[in-house]
Amino acid sequence: MRLELQKITKQFPGVLANDRISISVDKGEVLGLLGENGAGKSTLMNILSGLYRPDSGKILIDGKERIFRDPAQAIDAGIGMVHQHFMLVPVFDVTESVVLGNEPTKGLLGSFDRAAARAQVVELSKKHGLDVDPDAKIESLPVGVRQRVEILKALYRKSDILVLDEPSAVLTPQETEELFGIIRGLAKGGTSVIFITHKLNEVIAVADKITVLRRGAVAGETTPKKATAAKLAEMMVGREVQLTVSRAASRAAKPLLQVEGLRVLNDAGKLVVNGVTFTVRSGEILAVAGVQGNGQTELVEALTGLRKVDAGSISLEGETLTNRSPREIATAGVAHIPEDRNRDGMVKGMTVAENYILNTYHLAPFSKNGVLNRKEISAAAEKAVRDYDVRTPSVDTDIGSLSGGNQQKVIVAREFGRGVKLVIAAQPTRGLDVGSIEYIHRRIVEQRNAGAAVLIVSTELDEVLALGDRVAVMYEGRIVGILEAKSATRERVGLLMGGIGK
Amino acid sequence: MSTLRRIGSELRVPALSILAAFLVGAILIFLTDVEMLRGLPADPLGSISRGIGRVLASYSALLRGAFGDPATYAKAIASNGDLNLWTRAVRPLSEGLVASVPLIFVGLGVSVAFRTGIFNIGGAGQFLMGALGGTIAALLFGAGVTPVPFAILMIMLFGIAGGALWAFIPGFLKARVGASEVITTIMLNTIAGNLIFYLVTNIDFIHREVGVGQPVSTELSKFVDLPGILPIAALRLDIAFPIALLTAVAVSFFLFRSTRGYELRAAGLNLAAAKYAGIAASGSIITAMLISGGIAGLGGALVVIGDAKQLQPGIEGSVGFTAIAIALVGRTRPIGVVATAVVFGFLAQGGRLMQADTIIPIEMLLFVQALVIAFIAAPDLTKQVMRIPFRRNAKPAPKPVTKGVA
Repeated sequence: MRLELQKITKQFPGVLANDRISISVDKGEVLGLLGENGAGKSTLMNILSGLYRPDSGKILIDGKERIFRDPAQAIDAGIGMVHQHFMLVPVFDVTESVVLGNEPTKGLLGSFDRAAARAQVVELSKKHGLDVDPDAKIESLPVGVRQRVEILKALYRKSDILVLDEPSAVLTPQETEELFGIIRGLAKGGTSVIFITHKLNEVIAVADKITVLRRGAVAGETTPKKATAAKLAEMMVGREVQLTVSRAASRAAKPLLQVEGLRVLNDAGKLVVNGVTFTVRSGEILAVAGVQGNGQTELVEALTGLRKVDAGSISLEGETLTNRSPREIATAGVAHIPEDRNRDGMVKGMTVAENYILNTYHLAPFSKNGVLNRKEISAAAEKAVRDYDVRTPSVDTDIGSLSGGNQQKVIVAREFGRGVKLVIAAQPTRGLDVGSIEYIHRRIVEQRNAGAAVLIVSTELDEVLALGDRVAVMYEGRIVGILEAKSATRERVGLLMGGIGK
Repeated sequence: MSTLRRIGSELRVPALSILAAFLVGAILIFLTDVEMLRGLPADPLGSISRGIGRVLASYSALLRGAFGDPATYAKAIASNGDLNLWTRAVRPLSEGLVASVPLIFVGLGVSVAFRTGIFNIGGAGQFLMGALGGTIAALLFGAGVTPVPFAILMIMLFGIAGGALWAFIPGFLKARVGASEVITTIMLNTIAGNLIFYLVTNIDFIHREVGVGQPVSTELSKFVDLPGILPIAALRLDIAFPIALLTAVAVSFFLFRSTRGYELRAAGLNLAAAKYAGIAASGSIITAMLISGGIAGLGGALVVIGDAKQLQPGIEGSVGFTAIAIALVGRTRPIGVVATAVVFGFLAQGGRLMQADTIIPIEMLLFVQALVIAFIAAPDLTKQVMRIPFRRNAKPAPKPVTKGVA
C-alpha cells in the first residue's frame, strides 16, 4: 500500500511538534525517517498510529483519506507499529504473544485454537524469513529475537505498513544487520516500511529514501545514493557537524585506575559483575562497549561508591577506593557523569547554580561555617555556563527547564570543574542532539589530553569506536576482550558484544 | 520589578483558588438553604433573591468576623480615641492572628519535612508534646522560681525538645528500617493525645488542685503568662506571634542559605542525586524530622502557655491536618506558609461570627477551607472554574484530543 501524510500539523502548548510535515512511502519501499530527539518523529508516528489527532493535514492510504480515531482503526487500516520498548508478556510463548488480541478459536465456546495459531505463526515466519521458535518462552529469548516477535505480531495483524521506532537501540551490530535483512525481505514481499532512527549509517544502509526532520518540520529529502553521513548530519542539525572526534594519539602513561577481580551484585542479589579486571592509564580513554544490561551500570556504580563491592579491589593511583563513599571517591579526584542524568546527575527543581555545586556545596568557598555563599556560587556557576556554552536564561533558572544537552553540559562542567584524575562517563551523550554530542566528546578528549584517565561506558558502538584508545567489551558481567583502537573494528567488537569470538 | 512580577505570579494560583472556593461555597450555601427551597414553589423569584441575600449576609458576616465591622471602626474613629471602642473594632484582627499562631508553627514544621521529601503527618502529636514540654517548664520555672524571661526561654526550649523527641522516633525508624513515616506519625498523634490525657488526669505535678478525674492541667497563667504585644491590654495577641514570624525567617534562612538546608532540599527533590552528591539520606531524614518536630513543639509550648493556658487533650484541634494544607497552599515556602496561615486564622475567626450571626453552620466554613485546598491542589480545576488563562505567553491551547486517546 502507498501511505501518504500530507501537511500534518500538531500543536502542543508552547511547542509546534509537527509543522506541515509531508512524507510518503510506496508499496515495497523503505522510508528512513531521520531526526534528533524532539524533531517531531514520535508525534508524527503517534498521529499515524491513531494515538493523537492532527490539528490539520491528511493521512492518505492508496490515495484515499483516512481518519484514525483510535489505535484500533489504524491497525485495521494495516498500520503496524513496533515500539522501541517491546510490549510482550514475558511468560507467554512466541505463538501466544503473536496472536494475543486476535486469537484463532474453535468450538462453540470459542476456546483458543493453539494448533491453528501455531501453524499460522510458523507459516508467517517462514514466508518472511523471520526465524523464531514458536514454542519458546519470551523471557528466554534475546532482545533481537523478541523484536522479531514484535514484527511477527504486526504481520499477523495483516499490516501492510510497518513502522519501526528506533529498532536498533537494543541490538548488537550483528543483530542490527539481521534486522536489516528482514526489513529488505519484507519490502521485497510488498510491505511498506518506515524506519525511524537517529543513526545516520543505518538509514544509509537500509532505506530506499530518506526524509530528515528538524524542529518539527521536514528539513530535506534524499536517497542513500546521494546522501553522505556528513550531509545527513548537517540536515539534521542545521549546520555543519564534525562527525569524527579529532584527537592526537594517546600518550598513555602510568596506570591510574586499577580494578582487580571486581564482583558486584545487583539489587536482586544476582552476580552481575563477575571478576572484572582492567587498568586505565593517565592520558588514555578506555571505552567499555556492551549491549545494555550486561553489568556496565553496576560496574560504574561500584566504581563511584553508589553500590557495594562484593569482592575485588579498586584503586586510584595506589589509593584504595573499594567501598568508599561517593564523596570520598569524588574528593579523591574522580569525576562521574552518571548514566541516568535525570535520576542521579541533577536535582530538578533546583537552579543551575545549585546543581553546579551539587558535590562541592560543602566546601569553601561555596560554604563557610554551614552557610552558603551565594555570591561565590553564582559567580562560579556563571563562569561554568560561559565556559561550557550552556544555554540558559540565567544561573537561577530551574535546571529542569533546560534541554537535555544543556543539562548534560552543566553536569560535565560540574564534574570537570574540580581537580580530576579519573573521568567516569556512563552513556555521556544518551538522548542528546548531535551538536551537544560533538561538544561533550570534545570536552572528554580534552580531559584525556590533560592527563586524566578516562573510562567511558557506552552502548553506542559509534561512540565507543570514536573515543576509545582501547575498547573493552562487557558481556554477562565479564570483560570478554580488550582491544587496541586500531584492531577494534565494528565487526570484532560487535561479535564480542554478542558473546561470540573471544 | 521582576521580583514583584514573580511574587504576583506565585500568588495568582492561591488567590484565585481562594476566590474559586468562595464561589463554589456560595453555590452550596445557596442550594442547602432550606427556607429558600421551601419557598421556591410558591414564590420562586422572591425566595431565590432572599437565598442570594443570605449568601451575601453570611459572607459579609465572615468578613466582619475576620477583619472587624466597618460600623465599629467608624464609631471608634469618631470617638476620638475611646479605648473600648477601638478594642472592639480591632479585636477580630487580633483574634485572627492569635488563631494563626499554631498554624504558622506547625505549617513551618511540616514544610521543612516536606522539603526533605518526608510526609510528616505528625504535626498534631509534636505540637501536643511541645505543649507538654512547655507546661512542665512553666510548672518548674514559673511562679517566681526564676525570672520571667528565663522561664519563657525554658518553656520554649522544653517545647522544642518535646516536639523534636516526638518527631525523632518516626525519623529514626524511617532512616534505620524504612518504616513509613505516614503510618508512624499518625500513630504517634494518637499516642501523644492519650499520653497527655493520662498525665493531666493522673499526675499531681501537672494536675494539682483541679477536681479529681478532670482531664485538665492546673491553670498555667498562675505560673507564667506570655507578655502581650499590643498597646491595648485587652487584646490577647502575645509574643508567640512575633516569635512565629522570626521562626519563619529562621526556617527560610535555614532552607535556602544554609549548607544543611541545601542538603535537605536536594534529598527531598531527588534522593538518588543526593546520594550521588555524597549526602547521607538517613542523616537528612533525622535532621529534617528533628527540626520539623522542634518547630511544631515550640508552637505547642507557646500556645498552651499564652492562648490555651491549660494543658488538656484536644488543644491541638485540627492543627495537624490544617497545617498540612497550609504547607501545601504556601508551597512549603516560609513566607507562603505565614501568609496562608494568617488567611486561615482569619477564616477561622470570621467563621465564628458567621455561625453566630447567620445560622450558617461552621462546617460550611470548613467546607470552603477544604475547597481552597482542593483548588490549589488542582490548578486546572481553578482554571476551569475561573476561566482564566494562566500562562500569558502560552500559544493557544490545542483542541482537546479526548476522543482519540485509547
